Amino acid sequence: MSESDQPADKRGFGDPIERDEDVPLLTGEATYTDDIQLRGTAHLAIRRSDHAHARLLEVDTSAAEAMDDVVAVYTGADVEDSGVPNTIPTAWMLPGLVTPQYRMLAVDKVRHEGDGIAAVVAETPQAAQDALEAIDVEYEALEHVTDPVESVDRDVPPVHEEAEDNVAFDFELGDADAVDEAFADADRVASVDLRQPRLIPNAMEPRSALADWDVATEKLRLWMTSQNPHLHRMLLSAGTLGVPENKIQVIAPEVGGGFGSKIYHYPDEAVTAWCSMQLGRPVKWKASRMEGYVTDCHGRDHTTSAEIAVDDDGTVRGIRVETHAGLGAQLSQFATATPSYLYATILSGEYAIPAIHCRVIGAFTNTTPVDAYRGAGRSEGIYVIERLMDVAARELEMDPAELRRTNLVPPDEFPYETAAAVVYDSGEYERAMDTALEHVGYDDLRERQAELREEGRYLGIGVANFVESAGLSPSGLAGDLGAQAGGWESSIVRFDSTGTVTVLVGTADQGQGHRTTFAQIAAEELGVDVDAIDVVEGDTDQIPQGLGTYGSRSASVGGGAIARGAREVREKAREIAAHQLEASVDDIEFDDGEFHVAGAPDRSYHIQEIAAEAYLGHDLPEEMDPGLEATNFYDPENFTFPFGTHVAVVEIQPETGEIDLERYVAVDDCGEIINPMIVEGQVHGGIAQGIGAALYEGAAYDDDGHLLTRRMDEYAVPHSTYVPDFETDHTVTPSPHNPIGVKGVGESATIAAAPTVVSAVVDALEPFDVDHLDMPITPETVWQAMGGEE
Amino acid sequence: MTEHDITLSVNGTEHELTVEPRTLLVTALREDLGYTGANVGCETARCGACTVRVNGEAIKSCMRFAVQSDGAEIETVEGLAENGDLAPLQEQFQENHGLQCGFCTPGMLMTADTYLKDADDPSREEIREAIEGNLCRCTGYHNIVDAIEATLEQREASHE
Amino acid sequence: MYANDFEYYRAESVDEAVDLLGDHEGAELLAGSHGLLPRMRTGEEAPPALVDMNAVDGLSSIEHIDGDLSVGALVTHAELAESELVREHAPALADAAGEVGDIQVRNGGTIGGNLAHGDARTDHPAAVLALGGSLDVTGPDGDRSIDAADLFTGHFETAVGEQEVVTALRVPLEDDASSTYHKHRNPLSGYPLIGVGAWAQTDGETIERVRVAATGNLAHPKRLAAVEDALEGESLEADTITAAAEQATSLGDDEFRPDVQASPTYCRHLLSVYTERALRDVLGVDGE
Repeated sequence: MSESDQPADKRGFGDPIERDEDVPLLTGEATYTDDIQLRGTAHLAIRRSDHAHARLLEVDTSAAEAMDDVVAVYTGADVEDSGVPNTIPTAWMLPGLVTPQYRMLAVDKVRHEGDGIAAVVAETPQAAQDALEAIDVEYEALEHVTDPVESVDRDVPPVHEEAEDNVAFDFELGDADAVDEAFADADRVASVDLRQPRLIPNAMEPRSALADWDVATEKLRLWMTSQNPHLHRMLLSAGTLGVPENKIQVIAPEVGGGFGSKIYHYPDEAVTAWCSMQLGRPVKWKASRMEGYVTDCHGRDHTTSAEIAVDDDGTVRGIRVETHAGLGAQLSQFATATPSYLYATILSGEYAIPAIHCRVIGAFTNTTPVDAYRGAGRSEGIYVIERLMDVAARELEMDPAELRRTNLVPPDEFPYETAAAVVYDSGEYERAMDTALEHVGYDDLRERQAELREEGRYLGIGVANFVESAGLSPSGLAGDLGAQAGGWESSIVRFDSTGTVTVLVGTADQGQGHRTTFAQIAAEELGVDVDAIDVVEGDTDQIPQGLGTYGSRSASVGGGAIARGAREVREKAREIAAHQLEASVDDIEFDDGEFHVAGAPDRSYHIQEIAAEAYLGHDLPEEMDPGLEATNFYDPENFTFPFGTHVAVVEIQPETGEIDLERYVAVDDCGEIINPMIVEGQVHGGIAQGIGAALYEGAAYDDDGHLLTRRMDEYAVPHSTYVPDFETDHTVTPSPHNPIGVKGVGESATIAAAPTVVSAVVDALEPFDVDHLDMPITPETVWQAMGGEE
Repeated sequence: MTEHDITLSVNGTEHELTVEPRTLLVTALREDLGYTGANVGCETARCGACTVRVNGEAIKSCMRFAVQSDGAEIETVEGLAENGDLAPLQEQFQENHGLQCGFCTPGMLMTADTYLKDADDPSREEIREAIEGNLCRCTGYHNIVDAIEATLEQREASHE
Repeated sequence: MYANDFEYYRAESVDEAVDLLGDHEGAELLAGSHGLLPRMRTGEEAPPALVDMNAVDGLSSIEHIDGDLSVGALVTHAELAESELVREHAPALADAAGEVGDIQVRNGGTIGGNLAHGDARTDHPAAVLALGGSLDVTGPDGDRSIDAADLFTGHFETAVGEQEVVTALRVPLEDDASSTYHKHRNPLSGYPLIGVGAWAQTDGETIERVRVAATGNLAHPKRLAAVEDALEGESLEADTITAAAEQATSLGDDEFRPDVQASPTYCRHLLSVYTERALRDVLGVDGE
């Protein structure tokens, strides 16, 4: 391997190094947004709609304004009249997309429970909350719709006048004719109708924002719970507030989980900032959990009909998918991309499927907006193909693992272009599948299952294969498909004059351990100790540009930018070393941080010594500028495609329908592993969220359009006793086009776990002729499927 | 409404403060006294991010008013480390990667630390039951259970 | 969300608490605060005044009094679960207390507050009903006792008067009796979806006396009279138990509260299953 690809010694890359970020988190010293107190801060609370859909006839704020400690009360009209652009933009255009104006506060009507109507700023958060009730809102209730199919099929008043039929977009991907032909030719067709319920992300830290408008300099500082501070800076500037981008500083301090929900530009942080600008004093807003449940973007909400054409030997000939995707009442930034390109393009799964067609109808509904939640689009797509594989196996009376194996894309076919318009970078699918099946003891389990069935016990074995598109890129392709942002990431890798290294990068951590893993990448490239490296994220004034953390992109795209920046720095250091050693650059070797002339290792300079020289500037090569740092913008040539196989073993309690999740085995291939401890942690957490979706979670609305699952005791985020110990393993198939061979792992396990667990439960219920159950599969679902009251 | 003067002992330090009746214990700790380790993640006693010890028992500090705790001995996550050295439980959380975003961690540590005082060779299932009142959305709990188990093992080993 | 603003009073005695309740219309008692406080934070209740009972002496003990087990109103769920007296004489109560929420909630919540608040979702009511317990209450007109069978009148509605203070739970001590509590946990809330308490006296062959009660997703906690009728005087056999448990399915749909993930049909089924489990346990009859 050439030197630039793989520096000599392991300096942490690949090691399970303990996290640099842990100590302040463990001692309570860490600073989250709500921990920050600024002198003179006023507190914001937002009056929200109790109605799912209603015209706003009057919003009378006078009584609230008269209350003690109330500083100001603002309505949507006040924001509109202030002359700010007042538009939260969508970040992905699709052909024919309807884009109604998404305002900071409602002006004409409210479109979902929780829609913001008015803002109260008061001296204390309690006083602000108290004043909310004094705002007199007169509504004229309108008929509402919360279901994406009903939304477009039923004659209801549109959520937005601009989309009379509630259709925001009607998206197609693939070759319909080829699919028709495949279905006509194939021996058999199997089908499944399924719902993927609406999920509520539930990051443990509720969203919050603290805005400080400096009247003298007309600069806005905004601390907020953000996965992508630069994106927020851009959208606040160009979309909602109109403040020049270079007069906005967005800071994401410690962020307590995101899972997608903290990607988006919500109205709330813009209102917080706008109020600070009106008042010239700091303003703080913090969501309660209940407020978060009706305002944090939800995920999923798909209703799908899917069909698969197979031959008797198990060869899959084609699939056909039609989905109604609920978008909620407004178009959040990636609401359009998630159920279209992030969904349809992954429907081939790990399989060589010659013909794929997918149609997605994006529907406005009177609900909280829906956007990307961990696994976004890929979760929904993999769920569809994996459910199809199970129903096809049932149709063919074939072992479901065997059917999957028969159709895997073979390793020599990579790069592999699917019929769903993407090119998979690399994969050893069968190796991961074998690893998983061997680990779990698949054949023995099938025997045990048969034995137990004789005793009236119901064991289920679920197998799911997944592939994920991670690190959305390249920018040009994304742009062709409608993206309003790029797919690159940027870094600055800087040697300080005393030899320490500062890495600045535009991704933003919410618990993933970037500071540690990114230091491992830089240490590897620069031959310095990880302890000498400090990684800085989450402050737009320190980090020049960036796109943030989402879509499993940080390790592959952010890490790629850091590796490339570090290599550039290393090459400049090499030139300086050559000058010092009075040798040609081509003769200088780099080994474990030391530069020396090839064949003469006795005389060498450490890269940290070179750094000192670079800043002294006393004796540099001619025409070389002082300093030792590099800014890198890395725009990958393609997505990366992590993959793997997960297996779950369940036993059903026939009397109550309860599901004992006995074992969970995950084999992930995320390419090169930077820090196995952190990768495993990502897998664990992802599995728990997938199990949550499969068995426990799922938002529901009542007939009045009110969220029924509106509190933490009404929506089952898995507790410690709801999930088993996890058994994890890995295979390593590097991404050939990524500078460090990594593929990403943030969403993989969530994508895999839901279909794995559903597959296991349905497998257990085979004797009851059950071939599919919708999530969440509750004990009642199982009990009913087994005959219930009969 | 009538405000009340109360005294709270936090990690051994006495604090006198004046609170509205509706001020939650966690709010007094976080906003009045600056102990921002305990966090608020819900309003229905489910998440446990606010867990502290009051008079020796782990409780959810968003489930009582500060005025009810007048005179109480309170221990928070800020009191676990001594002289800058992490307590064994904290060390094990780090070694076993028992935390990611860290928001639930202060509460999780206080529950686990209290549980460990009396725990006698618990099974993993018993450890899971002990931390049932603390939600974590990041880790899937596996490594948290590992960390608690490892702390116990370490303690056993040092007693032998 | 923050709780509503209110006036806070700290009672030093039961009588003072009664007076304070009388002086302040709409005032509520505050004990462990785990029933009331979350409802204040979700906006479901907004009392103008609270009377804190925690400084009142004499409400925190568990002891024998006049042939009863007396549990002070301020005894926490954790103390109940760990009490050897309770474990010995009222195992159903110890079981139920051990099933409440989680460690922190068990450390915080109190038995008196739980029963007076009347949250139908909680564990204790089924145990207390099955044990034939009663509440000692003190009000403006003096002391009285409320039989558990008369206590639960609705969800968050009890027979405890607005100016009455619960001082203790009493459970009669009876020889040759045993009791138990079985729970199917609602994964959403941690409360019982269905919880069944059972108490029985047998002579080893015949079921002499029995009380069975249910809590959870019901309109309010209640005794299952039809189940009891099918057992009393019958011989100790598995078939008897199965047939009796079947009687639990006679509850109509409107006797269950709605739940996002569990229909009345399923709750009714669970009620029957858990009734059978509780009965087998308390009667010492093996399953299957």
